[in-house]
Amino acid sequence: MIQVENLYKELGSKPVLKGLSFEVNDGETFVVIGKSGSGKSVLLKHLIGLLKADSGKVMIDGENIGALSFKELQRVRQKIGMVFQSGALFDSMSVGENIALALRSKEEFTKWEIKEKVKEALEIVDLAEAADLMPSELSGGMKKRAGFARAIALDPQYMLYDEPTTGLDPVMTDMINRLMLKFKQQKEITSVIVTHELRIVHDVADRVLLLNEGEVAFNGLPAEIEKSEDPVVRQFMTGDSTLAIGEKI
Amino acid sequence: MFRVIFYPIRGVIQFFEGIGRYFLLQLMLFRSLTSWRLNLINTIDQMMLIGARSIPIIILTSLFSGMVTAVQSAYQFSSFIPSYYVGSVVGESVLLELAPMITGLVLTGRVGATITAEIGTMRVTEQIDALESLSFDPVGYLILPRVLAGTIMFPFLIIIADFFGVFGGWVSAHAQMNVSMFEFIKGFKQWFTPWDAWFGLIKAVTFGFAITSIACYHGYYTKGGAQGVGKATTITVVVSCVTIVFLDYVLAALFL
Ligand SMILES: Nc1ncnc2c1ncn2[C@@H]1O[C@H](COP(=O)(O)OP(=O)(O)OP(=O)(O)O)[C@@H](O)[C@H]1O
Ligand SMILES: [Mg+2]
Repeated sequence: MIQVENLYKELGSKPVLKGLSFEVNDGETFVVIGKSGSGKSVLLKHLIGLLKADSGKVMIDGENIGALSFKELQRVRQKIGMVFQSGALFDSMSVGENIALALRSKEEFTKWEIKEKVKEALEIVDLAEAADLMPSELSGGMKKRAGFARAIALDPQYMLYDEPTTGLDPVMTDMINRLMLKFKQQKEITSVIVTHELRIVHDVADRVLLLNEGEVAFNGLPAEIEKSEDPVVRQFMTGDSTLAIGEKI
Repeated sequence: MFRVIFYPIRGVIQFFEGIGRYFLLQLMLFRSLTSWRLNLINTIDQMMLIGARSIPIIILTSLFSGMVTAVQSAYQFSSFIPSYYVGSVVGESVLLELAPMITGLVLTGRVGATITAEIGTMRVTEQIDALESLSFDPVGYLILPRVLAGTIMFPFLIIIADFFGVFGGWVSAHAQMNVSMFEFIKGFKQWFTPWDAWFGLIKAVTFGFAITSIACYHGYYTKGGAQGVGKATTITVVVSCVTIVFLDYVLAALFL
């Protein structure tokens, strides 16, 4: 279970997260939506300890990851896979080696097993032919899928996705959505998905959180958010920029 | 108005913050020493990149700096000074000062800038975050191999520079003043003590560590896209050059 309590973070002397609290239950697919710059990526980085909170807590399975030593944090991170917004592939090695490196971090697989697992992971995202390509030779969508394969190869208990489908064509988007559903059903992975695509909310979300200017504007079921009368929620759901909130154009 | 007053104050604060962060990174580096075995392959790769690939440019620069030393001594020697003394001048200047200094400055450009650009790019494209998320220690994986490789390889590079610097000195002494190899070596031996060579190696280790660790530091804390990488690289070269000249003086004052 992931618990976030009163998470507060300033970056460059500007508050980005202003006291967030929420919980993600085991097996749940939790979708965080919000407009660009609302702090979604920053929030996600706190969940895996890449950023440390100024105040407040992030608890993974009851452990406050802000207070862990480096070794303990590494142990907790083994349970978590993260898909980065831009893929974040290591550009000095091929796609296959990227995944193999991830597997080597666990030190429990033989060379042969690593090879098999790399192949398997690439097949899941339909990139089997790209194993020997360098990241610079991939399209944006392929990079994203390769990053996906790298995170899933480790069989994590939690998956964190930063904009997993942004920039993909509709068919590929559907494929990624189905994959995320499959992971949830077959492997019982708990997921936190950051996105601004409402389609993900429709297709895979168990629960939705709307982040607005670093605060929780809505936290509930997908069916509820569609009916909500709250102006901030309505604006995001309808994508209507004339529904002025705060500022007028 | 306040900006004018606070700007220098903030600059000073940032300077000391930077130094503090640099030493914290060195602490993390020592902590990651325990994992050297895991990063052995990376270290050997880096030794190739930092060490072996630098040999041509080191040969070239040291050869010419030895040659110019000989030419200048020939120019300044009056007829009272026996010509074989050119060997002493070249030997002492190359071993003590020229070889370590020129190697240091050349490698600041060749090695330091590369390291900063590489690590800085990894930072701004979230590759370092990705390493961490895969429960790697980025300090052990990225920084340790580079600093180790630099510190180990620099002495070898400086031995090469010593050799070619002295050789270049003889070539040009021979051409200009017709000093034979035998005479040159006689002059070389006149003032030579083994400590001179050791001192050069102490400098080498210090410079190697300084250049690579400064470069890694600036790369690791790069901010803000391609422009940030460019900025970090420039700062690395400037800071390393100043540091080397400074360390050169401090070491001489301490050991000579
Ligand atoms: N390292 C940083 N230093 C300073 N400010 C930052 C930093 N990282 C993010 N911010 C600021 O935090 C805010 C939230 O950034 P974040 O990347 O989380 O947005 P986001 O919701 O993920 O947007 P997008 O949907 O465009 O990815 C932005 O206003 C950004 O300027
Ligand atoms: Mg983002």
